[in-house]
Amino acid sequence: MKISGARIMLECLKNEGVDTVFGYPGGTVINLYDELFNFKEINHIMPRHEQAGTHAADGYARATGRVGVAIATSGPGATNTITGIATAYMDSIPMVIITGQVPTALIGNDAFQEVDIIGITRPCTKHSFLIRNVKDIALIMKKAFYIARSGRPGPVLVDFPKDIQMSQCEFHYPETVEIRGYKPNLSGHPRQVEKAVAMILDSHRPVMYVGGGAVLGDAAESVTQLARILSLPVTTTLMGLGSFPESDKLSLGMLGMHGAYCANMAMSNSDLIIAIGARFDDRVTGKLSTFAPHAKIIHIDVDPTSIKKNVRVDLPIVGDVKDVLIKMIKQADNSNDKLAGFEAALAPWHADITAWKEKHPLDYKRSSTIIKPQFVIQKLRELSDDDAIISTDVGQHQMWTAQFFKFNKPRTLLTSGGLGTMGYGLPAAMGAQAAFPNRQVITICGDGGVQMNIQEMATLVQNRLPVKIVILNNNYLGMVRQWQELFFDKRYSSTCNELPIDYIKLADAYGAKGFLASKPGDVESVIKQGFKEKGPVIMEFKIAREEKVLPMVPAGAALNEMVLNA
Amino acid sequence: MQHTISVIVENDFGVLSRVATLFSGRGFNIESLSVAPTNEDGLSRMTIVTRGDEQILEQINKQLNKLIDVLKVLDFSDGSAVERELALIKVSAEDDARAEVLRIVDIFRAKIIDVTPKSYTIEATGNPIKIDGILELLRPLGLKEVVRTGSVAIGRGAKGWNG
Repeated sequence: MKISGARIMLECLKNEGVDTVFGYPGGTVINLYDELFNFKEINHIMPRHEQAGTHAADGYARATGRVGVAIATSGPGATNTITGIATAYMDSIPMVIITGQVPTALIGNDAFQEVDIIGITRPCTKHSFLIRNVKDIALIMKKAFYIARSGRPGPVLVDFPKDIQMSQCEFHYPETVEIRGYKPNLSGHPRQVEKAVAMILDSHRPVMYVGGGAVLGDAAESVTQLARILSLPVTTTLMGLGSFPESDKLSLGMLGMHGAYCANMAMSNSDLIIAIGARFDDRVTGKLSTFAPHAKIIHIDVDPTSIKKNVRVDLPIVGDVKDVLIKMIKQADNSNDKLAGFEAALAPWHADITAWKEKHPLDYKRSSTIIKPQFVIQKLRELSDDDAIISTDVGQHQMWTAQFFKFNKPRTLLTSGGLGTMGYGLPAAMGAQAAFPNRQVITICGDGGVQMNIQEMATLVQNRLPVKIVILNNNYLGMVRQWQELFFDKRYSSTCNELPIDYIKLADAYGAKGFLASKPGDVESVIKQGFKEKGPVIMEFKIAREEKVLPMVPAGAALNEMVLNA
Repeated sequence: MQHTISVIVENDFGVLSRVATLFSGRGFNIESLSVAPTNEDGLSRMTIVTRGDEQILEQINKQLNKLIDVLKVLDFSDGSAVERELALIKVSAEDDARAEVLRIVDIFRAKIIDVTPKSYTIEATGNPIKIDGILELLRPLGLKEVVRTGSVAIGRGAKGWNG
């Protein structure tokens, strides 16, 4: 039986196991939406802005590990998705974005709502396709999903002209797909694995440095196992939080610009760094020329381009991190006779680390009169469910969350690490909540970023997605203000949000509940009230206005030159 | 360091822009680029001459390999490939200069492919250094227009790129 291209697209999504899509209708996807009208297998959520829809698909993907799907119409609908696509690209999030396109005969004619979205998104997608024949839809979608989720994952854009949606053909979904130029190397080389374990057993001051790849590769359990077998201290990047329980005594917490003192000291003094699914980003390494001067580096990553991009590497292992770690665990088990001696030899290293932890733990000055943001984060951890999913925006609140929430499970922190996208938190939480209607989903935002996608309050209320929105309100764009305080002589150029907003009334306007805490004594009761509500909630906390995120490695400084008090 | 890379690509929509975007987006140099279909259906071959230190060349190689449409990246180190370039050169040629142009053409085993009372158009092939050489000698006589194809390269020996 012949069916329309639009229907074929939906059948493809169904075959890929997609249960939820985030999309916004428009002229060039109207045929797709017409088919969607009666297509019960897919839950469609309409955001109030395509950027938010793309972030929601991203949040859905990060929380579930599945491919997120977003739909937008051609022209402005498509261009609105770009920030969402770039966010996903920088953090390697598997997504398929379907954009409507003007009919093929009009492409290139500057037609109404035409834009070369493939051209525009080329640098921020893993790959993209323009569908030019209805017969190609199924194979292209099969490839799109395969490319998005395999190897180093990433967003794939599919541009879908209106006339192709209306054309008809038979539907047959391919079971397998073969792409000549795309064969990610997933299996870690056994010789390299052997060498890696030997290097670890030869080291005296080893550190595991774990990034987002461990979360994306579902390798958290293996990371934990390897660390515990070999008593290796573990530090994670922002993206790696949750891949190793911060409650474990081997945990050093997050490293880098706003990382823990002990983590940065451990990296700076290490003689062997085992990098797992991490990419030595500038926010992690500080000044490259002084980065980990005494360390040999083992680098495990599925993407060969990440290896030796920023730092020299002594032993590269290209492969799926979980595959490599499982092989390393086996190899370590085979070296059982050496383990006791190795562990004993690490004692002085562990003692150094303990001393650093005690010397400068992550901390802040308590106050009984004014709400400290770190206190709110700690209370949120204390009062939230163990498996609560947290999303953040970008800025001070993001760093306080990373420092003080203490993540123990993978896929419980959704945050824009690479691109640093303000406005990400609320829609990402929306996507996660759509995936897990019964889990607690909390977005922690500042008063700057929350307004960038505040319109999604409507989507939350309409779709009964009970996201808990926490606003740490200091009436500043706090992170930029902090830099202005420290490096620009307190010239607060455009960083003060001078117009105070009544977030309680705002919540009310959308049909949600709002709660306000103005003093430390209110914090616990506001959180409890907020968590008790069945629907979406805003919890606003008026926090110490000029609180800074510390410690801090100033941009361009060495990791061990942290500013601890300023 | 100058370096010649051959890239075998799917002859797909947009593949040239993908490669070009990769080079410009990451700040890599392209000194010359030539593209044409190969003997295998659906495949094209690009020859890219680029410049950079060892680390940059390694990144270029890996990043090219990462593109979905790229099947194979051949990285020719010194002497492992034969490299040729073709140039079309329009040079002023009047009076005594006419004989001089012909002498140079002869020495470089080039060909005259168009002639007027005031000019010669020359076709020259060879490795890029030879092309530089003939241009150097013709320059004082008055170069009117020069078109170079950029290098193409093929590995030495009996084997093709895929065995």
